Amino acid sequence: MFDRMPPVSGLLVGKRILVTGVLTDASIAFGVARIAQEQGATVVLTGFGRGLSLTRRIARRLPAEAPVIELDVTDEGHLSALSDRVLEHTDGLDGVLHAIGFAPESVLGGKPFVEAPWAEVATAVQVSTWSLAALCRAALPLFSERVSVVGLDFDAAVAWPSYDWMGVAKAGLESATRYLARDLGPRGVRVNLVAAGPLRTMAAKSIPGFERFESVWDERAPLGWNIHDTGPTAQACVALLSDWFPATTGEIIHVDGGVHAIGT
Amino acid sequence: MSQSDILAGLAAILEEVAGVDPADATADKTFIDDLDVDSLSMVEVVVAAEEKFGVKIPDEDVKSLKTVGDAVSYIQRAGVAA
Repeated sequence: MFDRMPPVSGLLVGKRILVTGVLTDASIAFGVARIAQEQGATVVLTGFGRGLSLTRRIARRLPAEAPVIELDVTDEGHLSALSDRVLEHTDGLDGVLHAIGFAPESVLGGKPFVEAPWAEVATAVQVSTWSLAALCRAALPLFSERVSVVGLDFDAAVAWPSYDWMGVAKAGLESATRYLARDLGPRGVRVNLVAAGPLRTMAAKSIPGFERFESVWDERAPLGWNIHDTGPTAQACVALLSDWFPATTGEIIHVDGGVHAIGT
Repeated sequence: MSQSDILAGLAAILEEVAGVDPADATADKTFIDDLDVDSLSMVEVVVAAEEKFGVKIPDEDVKSLKTVGDAVSYIQRAGVAA
């Protein structure tokens, strides 16, 4: 699938990686797909719903155009068809990037937290938390002997402005990561999260009050933080997808300029 | 590229991405209020326009493109600059 010779050296030479969550070229997942290809990986993307056609357009902006499979994680039909669809493009998987999250407007953005309706909270948890397990289940038949699953997190150890029930869903994602690490470890599957600082993606722009995060990072990141640069986060994901964290699972790697370690 | 060529190209994109009737895509129409183009569709319109016209439209500039005419003028200027 390379329109030029693939690199002979690189962190992901020979790896086949499924990347969800590419919507625009500002998506963290786009950065992961780009760097993964540069490091020698074969990449297959997934997109969903109204964003699918946008994902297809953006796939052409990768170093090598990647195929795009439709995957709505709330659609059992899509989940059960996933392995066959991936097999149309590659013969197995060595890695998966889970970059999937959604919360309805009524449960984030500073609405009264106690008044959140269950149906909307359930949607947030289904799409943002449960989907990690669902994606692992769907992809399991394709997994090689050594697989890395990486998810995207936003530090859920504390309460943030505006993030609200999305934060609860991320706390659940952190826990689900540990349980998946427990159950899939014996099959050679590592499951880890990258907790990034705030980045100006489509996902972030849909959170009212997102700019309040940005000031926290300006004030507290010892290494500084660029909300427009997905590179450091994507690099960490690629490192976790590589063979260089062979004994790490159930872990959360903070890629946040150091904010998680610093008190106010 | 002339303004009318750009307008026709943009109208074709709006039809493909957001189902806008090309007859409605006139210079004075606003994307959000008049043509019901939401933020997700607008991103795709921008990406498609970048490809079709060979220009780059940064995020911070997209916000200032309220009407179809704004976008046509922007693309024409960006095309000359490129």
